[in-house]
Amino acid sequence: MQVTSSVRKPLVTGGKTTHDVTEDICRQVEGKPTKTWMLAMAISLGFLAVGCYTLFYTLWDGIGMWGLNKTIGWAWDITNFVWWVGIGHAGTLISAILLLFRQKWRMSINRAAEAMTIFAVICAACFPMIHMGRLWLGFYWALPLPNTFGSLWVNFNSPLLWDVFAISTYFSVSLVFWYIGLIPDFATIRDRATNKISKAVYSALSFGWDGAAKTWARYESVALILAGLATPLVLSVHTIVSFDFATSVIPGWHTTIFPPYFVAGAIFSGFAMVLTLLLITRKVYKLEDYITINHIELMNIIVMVTGSIVGVAYITELFIAWYSGVEYEQYAFLNRATGPYAWAYWSMMTCNVISPQLFWFKKIRTSLVATFVLSIVVNIGMWFERFVIIVTSLHRDYLPSSWAMFTPTFYDVGDYLLTFGLFFTCFFLFAKFFPVINMAEVKSIIKSDSLKEK
Amino acid sequence: MKDNKKQYWKGLEELKNDPEFVKYADKEFPEYLPINNRSTEGDEAVGSSRRDFLKLMGFGVAAASLAACEAPIRKAIPYLNKPVDVDPGVANYYASAYVQGGDYCSVVVKTREGRPIKIEGNKLSKISQGGVSAQVEASVLSLYDDERLKHPYINGEKATWQDVDKEVIGKLNSVSGTGGKISIVSNTVLSPSTKAVVEEFKAKFSNVEHVIYDTYSALGIRKANEATFGKAIVPSYDFSKAQVIASFGADFLGTWISPIEFTKQYSKTRKISKGNAKMSRHYQFESNLSLTGANADYRSPTKPSQEGLAVAQLYNLIAAKAGVSGSAVKIDGVQHLEKAANDLWASRGKSLVVSGSNDSAVQAVVNGINQLLGNYGSTIDIDLPVNYRQGDDTQMNTFVESLKQGGVAAVIFLGSNPVYNHPKGGEIASALEKAKLKLSTASTMDETAALCDIVAPDHHYLESWNDASPRSGTYSLVQPVIRPLFDTRQAQESLLIWAGNNTEYYEYLRNYWNTNFYANQSSQIGFQSFWDKTLHDGIYEHKASVDTTDADDTVSSSDETVADISQAFAQIQKNYKADNTGIELALYQKVAIGDGSQANNPWLQEMPDPVTKATWDNYLTISQAMAAELGVAQKEGDTNLVNLTVGGQSYEVPVVIQPGQAKGTVGLALGYGRKNAGKVANEIGLDAYPFVTTLNGSISYNMSEGVTVEATGKSYQVARTQTHQTIMGRTILQEAYLPEYEKNPSAGRSFPKIATSTGKKSPYDVTLWKGHKYENHHWGLVVDLNSCTGCSACTISCQAENNVPVVGKEEVLNRREMHWIRIDRYYSSPEGASEYKDLEKAADNPEVTFQPMMCQHCNNAPCETVCPVAATTHSSEGLNQMTYNRCIGTRYCANNCPYKVRRFNWFKYHDNRQFADVNTSMNNNLGKMVLNPDVTVRSRGVMEKCSFCVQRIQAGKLEAKKEGRRPQDGEIDVACASSCPADALVFGDMNDPKSKISQMLKLDKTENGVKVGEERAYHVLEEISVKPNVSYLTKIRNKDVADKEA
Repeated sequence: MQVTSSVRKPLVTGGKTTHDVTEDICRQVEGKPTKTWMLAMAISLGFLAVGCYTLFYTLWDGIGMWGLNKTIGWAWDITNFVWWVGIGHAGTLISAILLLFRQKWRMSINRAAEAMTIFAVICAACFPMIHMGRLWLGFYWALPLPNTFGSLWVNFNSPLLWDVFAISTYFSVSLVFWYIGLIPDFATIRDRATNKISKAVYSALSFGWDGAAKTWARYESVALILAGLATPLVLSVHTIVSFDFATSVIPGWHTTIFPPYFVAGAIFSGFAMVLTLLLITRKVYKLEDYITINHIELMNIIVMVTGSIVGVAYITELFIAWYSGVEYEQYAFLNRATGPYAWAYWSMMTCNVISPQLFWFKKIRTSLVATFVLSIVVNIGMWFERFVIIVTSLHRDYLPSSWAMFTPTFYDVGDYLLTFGLFFTCFFLFAKFFPVINMAEVKSIIKSDSLKEK
Repeated sequence: MKDNKKQYWKGLEELKNDPEFVKYADKEFPEYLPINNRSTEGDEAVGSSRRDFLKLMGFGVAAASLAACEAPIRKAIPYLNKPVDVDPGVANYYASAYVQGGDYCSVVVKTREGRPIKIEGNKLSKISQGGVSAQVEASVLSLYDDERLKHPYINGEKATWQDVDKEVIGKLNSVSGTGGKISIVSNTVLSPSTKAVVEEFKAKFSNVEHVIYDTYSALGIRKANEATFGKAIVPSYDFSKAQVIASFGADFLGTWISPIEFTKQYSKTRKISKGNAKMSRHYQFESNLSLTGANADYRSPTKPSQEGLAVAQLYNLIAAKAGVSGSAVKIDGVQHLEKAANDLWASRGKSLVVSGSNDSAVQAVVNGINQLLGNYGSTIDIDLPVNYRQGDDTQMNTFVESLKQGGVAAVIFLGSNPVYNHPKGGEIASALEKAKLKLSTASTMDETAALCDIVAPDHHYLESWNDASPRSGTYSLVQPVIRPLFDTRQAQESLLIWAGNNTEYYEYLRNYWNTNFYANQSSQIGFQSFWDKTLHDGIYEHKASVDTTDADDTVSSSDETVADISQAFAQIQKNYKADNTGIELALYQKVAIGDGSQANNPWLQEMPDPVTKATWDNYLTISQAMAAELGVAQKEGDTNLVNLTVGGQSYEVPVVIQPGQAKGTVGLALGYGRKNAGKVANEIGLDAYPFVTTLNGSISYNMSEGVTVEATGKSYQVARTQTHQTIMGRTILQEAYLPEYEKNPSAGRSFPKIATSTGKKSPYDVTLWKGHKYENHHWGLVVDLNSCTGCSACTISCQAENNVPVVGKEEVLNRREMHWIRIDRYYSSPEGASEYKDLEKAADNPEVTFQPMMCQHCNNAPCETVCPVAATTHSSEGLNQMTYNRCIGTRYCANNCPYKVRRFNWFKYHDNRQFADVNTSMNNNLGKMVLNPDVTVRSRGVMEKCSFCVQRIQAGKLEAKKEGRRPQDGEIDVACASSCPADALVFGDMNDPKSKISQMLKLDKTENGVKVGEERAYHVLEEISVKPNVSYLTKIRNKDVADKEA
């Protein structure tokens, strides 16, 4: 146990005992689904249904159902992909990097954040799949598999192939990391289970966890190893995603600043999404003592810092465009700010650069309502960031004869809704059947302050 | 059965009762099968082993699943008796001629397995010289139009030819018996033998009249020539000899008289090199921005009401120089007119003035100008008349009047459709009832045929025997390249039968040629060899009549013979005004749709208009000033509808804002608004034929009075393939004025430099790539921006060659047209524009540049590196190849293409009901016959693009290999280059120092790689160092440097 400063504020308030922790968390899993949950689930399933309808027609009739054209070959599809991947950054960052830095406040939020990561990555992975003209072949042709086509191999030069590796690695490591963390808690639920079915299910899920000291020791070391593995991945995934653009020749894409800028943006949007979800979970599950204002404030500070990094990156891009002296680059950025898609650019600027600056005010960063609103604003802004990068760069590139506009169709919107439906369906199922807070870890910090137990 | 003593044995063993056989007789399988065999061997022999079971089961499962994967059955029927010259997979070429009304082009038809699939130009023809137009290229698809008539009709019912003949002959006899008038109404007939057939018909029945009209009349020229020279003919023009050209509204590169021929000639004057820095100077005075105007060096927007005055003024200016008295008719303030006069006078004898006007008074003055300039005998040959426009508006008007009064008892529409394409079509339609016999030989149920009692459908020209005489002394044979697809009959044969002559038209044609042409020549001995030679070459020139021009130089350069044209001046004074304030409407023909006779051809409907880049629609072109007045806005495909009132009748038409449109004028195309053309063309756009009026005795396509345009505020979408009109100051286009080029052959070139640690370097010297070694061939293409006129024949040629789908108006609006080669058209921005906002606007009268754009086959191709599955790769001969069946459709390559030439199959365009009405060549069995079997029809979800016609390269290499030699230069040519009437595209092997392309680029192989010696040659976007294999030659305008400010 580390030495804890006597002035450090308690990480868990309300004088919770270890028993209280178990009770508070397990109550949600063991109780009957509430009406609010049922309603929320119904709405998610509704989104999912609309999404399945549009997805069916996208796959049945072709990518032409979207608003893409000869000039703009990617728009909402890859925007959504990068957006979801970005969101999927916070979970692993919280659990891995903050674990390595011994930031104990992470313990009450990492479970939900990791779950969010995994669902976001699943949603993200949908888009590179469905955006392919021939999904039925592409889903395995993009893998370096031995085949009967002679010496036919994938193109290792292609950033899209790097994406395949980056995303799949990140997803597997995140999933394992998250699941390992869940095992002791599953065991707790198993031990408390009263009906046979739950007992059977949770005992299977808990992999025969026995709570022995040796098991705990192994658990700790696995967590540490996985954290070590996951840490570089947090940085690499979005770096590689940014290569999709940075290695191209299109003005506005061909930019060396993209890797750090994308990673900062990903953390920015990821934390915003964590905030959105946790504020709701905290309220609905009455977890105010575990997810305290302190947590929210800390996360808001991260949002503010990464938001500022992103802002600096935007300004650097503009500066470099001017400084490069490259006509096409200059036009691309001027066009972003003043062209037909200026509204998207200025939405992005407002949401991403200006709005997080409000968190300099303590009053705002400790206000639940303001945080909730701003967290959504940030994610809208980050969606626009990707839209601006992808669409406004493509729509007016080198030859003015090919300049075009992009207008989304019902199917663009529907396929985006599909991932919302999928994400929230998964998240609500998780919130109902899995412990949303890591009980085992939180129990270790309930007395991390210097106050005596009452 | 009992009586049957016969015995059957399974084999000799049973017959002999071999003990070995008897031993195993009861066993189903002979002992040597491994199943049983195995069981008797080994220590633990107990039946089949597990291994056998697994083997058998594995085989069984595999066999069952293979059997389940049933491949769709495609019937391929081998030849029972193989025709001698038809080999599967080997193309045959037949010379023929495209004849559509008065339009003519000598062609070579490519057939595969008996199906014509592609039209090429016939290089032996002295008229079209191997050039073709978009309409000619597209005509092969019209052959496979499912809406062509499949049998004759009597009163709208299916009929047999016997019935038709009986009915027609009966009616003709009864009409003839009562002395009733029989009218044969046709467009220009180029065929001498057809004229003989008509004569024969006339001889059989008394009172037969052959009425000829043209869908775009040139009567004014004929009348003027009759007045000037006493010959009512259209002379032949030779633009190649003209150093200065002034055209008053004649779109001679697009639609006027013989555009393919004129483009060939004109382009010869636009070829320029360091040693020969000379080119023609072209002035154009017109109201609509035509294809020709877009190519002019100096273009002056002129209202139609001023056209006559401008011509008169030019006459005055030239006359002043010639010391001849001018006239009092004049106009001031026509831009560049005096300059034109000076230039014309300076190159008299080597200049040419033409006018598109159908007013004989204007044409008479034009004749006067050309006489003053001494152009007769050099650029105009009055002794070598052309036959393209024989229509007589007056005769047609008389026919209509007579029809209305019931004076025509029988009318035969010989392939003509006047109800649609004659201004009095409405009157004809209502008066037709009065005729006793109404017959059409149209091959579709067009507007006229639908009103006829009898429809005797003619063959398509690719199914017919025919001949043509485009100009006196030059003849072509038309030969069938496929058996008639339907129960149709050649119109000439029908006429012969009705006239009581049962000779087959083929025999008739041969006899005609035997008597008329064979007798007059001496190069071939024996008619058969003469016939075979002509049929092989496609053309025959009658030397004697061709040579008359040089021998008989009666009306050559002499100004004393200038005819008296004072009457013409008086008429011009009366009919034209310098200060008309009302809106004027100028009707024109589009390069693709023309008079609308091929409107049901989806290739032509989807071909972007060379100037407006619009497809699938008719629209009013208005000037930028008028757009501002009307408050009409245009953004992407969105535009507004306006109320166009002509002669008291109002129509709603969409507008397209057209830079270069003369202020106060609007333009509208003919050839749209078809009602009975077929499902592709019906009800597309507004029909402008009813607007056509009469001026000075002939049809006039300009309305100067009674035209109003009012905004309606309604929105509408016009599908355009290019919506941004200007170049934005980029060096994608590199151009210069001729005087600059004379001083510096690199004028206008841009040389980008990249700063490195060792100083500024050319982008090509800074690279991470190792480059490719081309040991064998290295294919390349050169595009001469100076000769490209933008005619778009290449686009359609490529479409036919490479099975490029048509996607329809909706999909063009979605910016998803599939053309592999497009022609980017850029307007210059207003003078002094430097801010991007100003650069986005086009000048009021812009300089226009056409830039053909296709896959650039980059040596450092950005598409190749990004494809995750290596579906697009580089060949050992410099081609950027696309492997369709490896493509998974991520579209990354298209995004990363700086030239945006990649095309994605957004939908399944073949066998898809959604596209059945537009993409006819891939959606019905008949249409599919046009597909090139050497090129895959792409499935949905894959990327495609220009392949440099790799199938042609392969075919050419194979041909050479069979003969054990290297392919010769010119033997392998891509579809776009081979069809180009301006020879602006040159394809070839850059590794062959003797090839035309190597010489054009002046390629010089050094140790550090290949250096391009030609100063005008550049690559588009050199700064990004993708190193294309397509080079462009700078555009040089023959303008004075002082005019840069003008």
